[in-house]
Amino acid sequence: MHVIRDDGSLDPNLDPGLSIDQVVALYKAMLRTRIVDDRLERIQRQGRIAFHVGSLGEEAAIIGAAAALRDRDWIVPCYREVGALLWRGYPLQQYIDHMYGNAGDPLHGRQMPDHTVSREHRYLSVSAPIGTQIPHAVGIAMAAKKRGLDECAGVFFGDGATSSNDFHAAMNFAGVYQAPVLFLCRNNGYAISLPTEQQTATRTMAEKAAAYGVPAARIDGNDVLAVWRAVREGVQRAAGGGGPTFIELMTYRLGGHSTSDDPRVYRSQEETDSWRKADPLLRLRKHIGQRDVWNDELDSDWQAVCDAEVKECVRRAEEKPAPALAEVFAEVYAEQPWHLREQQARCIDGPRASDEEDEP
Amino acid sequence: MTQMNLVQAINSGLRSALQQDDDVLVMGEDVGQLGGVFRVTQGLQEEFGPDRVLDTPLSETGILGTAIGMALHGLRPISEIQFADFIYPGFDQLVNEAAKYRYRSGGEFHVPMVVRTPYGGGIRGGQYHSQSPEALFIHTPGLKVVCPSNPYDAKGLLLEAIRDEDPVLFFEPKRVYRAVKMDVPDEPYTVPLGDAKIVRPGEQVTCIAWGAMLYEAFTAAEEVAKQGVDVEVIDLRTLWPLDVGTLVASVEKTGRVLVVHEAPRTCGFGSELVALITERAFLHLEAPPVRVTGWDTPFPLTHEHEYLPLAHRIAPALLETARY
Repeated sequence: MHVIRDDGSLDPNLDPGLSIDQVVALYKAMLRTRIVDDRLERIQRQGRIAFHVGSLGEEAAIIGAAAALRDRDWIVPCYREVGALLWRGYPLQQYIDHMYGNAGDPLHGRQMPDHTVSREHRYLSVSAPIGTQIPHAVGIAMAAKKRGLDECAGVFFGDGATSSNDFHAAMNFAGVYQAPVLFLCRNNGYAISLPTEQQTATRTMAEKAAAYGVPAARIDGNDVLAVWRAVREGVQRAAGGGGPTFIELMTYRLGGHSTSDDPRVYRSQEETDSWRKADPLLRLRKHIGQRDVWNDELDSDWQAVCDAEVKECVRRAEEKPAPALAEVFAEVYAEQPWHLREQQARCIDGPRASDEEDEP
Repeated sequence: MTQMNLVQAINSGLRSALQQDDDVLVMGEDVGQLGGVFRVTQGLQEEFGPDRVLDTPLSETGILGTAIGMALHGLRPISEIQFADFIYPGFDQLVNEAAKYRYRSGGEFHVPMVVRTPYGGGIRGGQYHSQSPEALFIHTPGLKVVCPSNPYDAKGLLLEAIRDEDPVLFFEPKRVYRAVKMDVPDEPYTVPLGDAKIVRPGEQVTCIAWGAMLYEAFTAAEEVAKQGVDVEVIDLRTLWPLDVGTLVASVEKTGRVLVVHEAPRTCGFGSELVALITERAFLHLEAPPVRVTGWDTPFPLTHEHEYLPLAHRIAPALLETARY
């Protein structure tokens, strides 16, 4: 399904009818996410942060889906979806602080970079094992349904996750209980190095949904309006009591799996170059350019704004101290048990790896 | 008050919880219409409906993973894993997800769920209906582990576990599900987590046990009493967080300690108990701490009574410790 045609015009039969302001907001969010990604990758290369997992090339799939979910709907992320969290208004400074694991990190330096969370934005927590979040989304949706709330859960995962134990369990539970959940499968071509055609013997990921009685769609994940339309249809199905929807978002990971990856080992430059032509930002840029609401000057101005913003956040993040050492021992349980009190005291009293001052 | 066995007391606890709080739900394989393979949930679906007592598809990952999602939304799911031996397909959901959610989300989300599961041998269940995997969960930061031995504690600890804001593994000693009866209040009440109970005061040896093996420890203590050895028997009730104070106070008094558990010996919970007591009461010890446990083999069928640490193995070990 294409909404934005190759020439930049919209297919009038499929146009979801977003206002031009909404469309420009999507573009600006996608561009901002890309600029943040780019800056984080650079500072990782300089050794200033440990790691980054970016979304280069997948911005439409991530932000289009987030935009089509309603504010009261839950986002259950994989780990590449910080663009969705920023779309919901999460402060960039907080994200960058998290990337540094400093005293401003809401997770107190407990998680690797890009493991964001925010209850305020109804955005669940990231864990690295693949597919484990998918049944959580189904449980959240089952809970919302049981409580009579008009909420659904949108869960992101990649093509690789469709091989996981958790994926199949979750799809089955969603089908059986008709849970208001959207399975958002970002098929970006690779699970680290493994191409999708070696991940599964099925021709598509979408056809797997049939085995669980879950309706499915397969759409161009680089066309943000197609993503928006398909996800909003899924939301409407869920809200109307129609249960789950599986959406395969066809996209391509233009960057490595993470900053620890080297995609040159497993795929050709020609392949990546050909996908660059299908860049979701280029497609949307062409469309809004045609509608005379965007031009090169606005584009470079916005890039400059975003770049200055992220640089300032980085500057501030680098000035912040490490989180208190006591945070290592906090929030393991609702109340700290005796053994963690003892271990905290022992750790703080030393011997310690670092002689930095620390507030107990 | 009603005379209840463990099955009836746990059923009564679940009923109380379902009555008290609309956010509580019970889910698992065969727990609804059938009432569970051990009938622990009998009658609950009939009373509370299929939206609160869910017969789930056959997937431990699905049961535990969706229960976590429900708890994240604010419900209080009580999942049943039909046998503790079957918990491993959902192991990752417990140790990497439920256990770590509060910590990894900076306290923004947490998982108030209870996982009930019958554990232990002595029912001719062989390798896959007899295991005692409690140590795996005690070893996981973020989980609480409870194991009642009697009907009164079972109901009270269960209701406390359901109220608790952390994920709780609730191991039920299926060998004594129907073997013990006692007076249990029909109304709701709680027994606090983290309190061990001295069930037989004594002066010469401290014997620590939980679940089904508590009765074996008690029997052995009575037997050696005839030979003049006075044993203090402690029922842990909550395995983690541990009531270390009660254990240390007892060993400071007796100077001798013996731990009983069904699970394999190596890296069983007994190892940690002995280490903690040795660290804290070293100068009070008159004899090396002793473990009477299952062997380091898979759980056997035909010779299960040679595998289990029953009274016939505990009693001589108590005498030996007392006379060391």
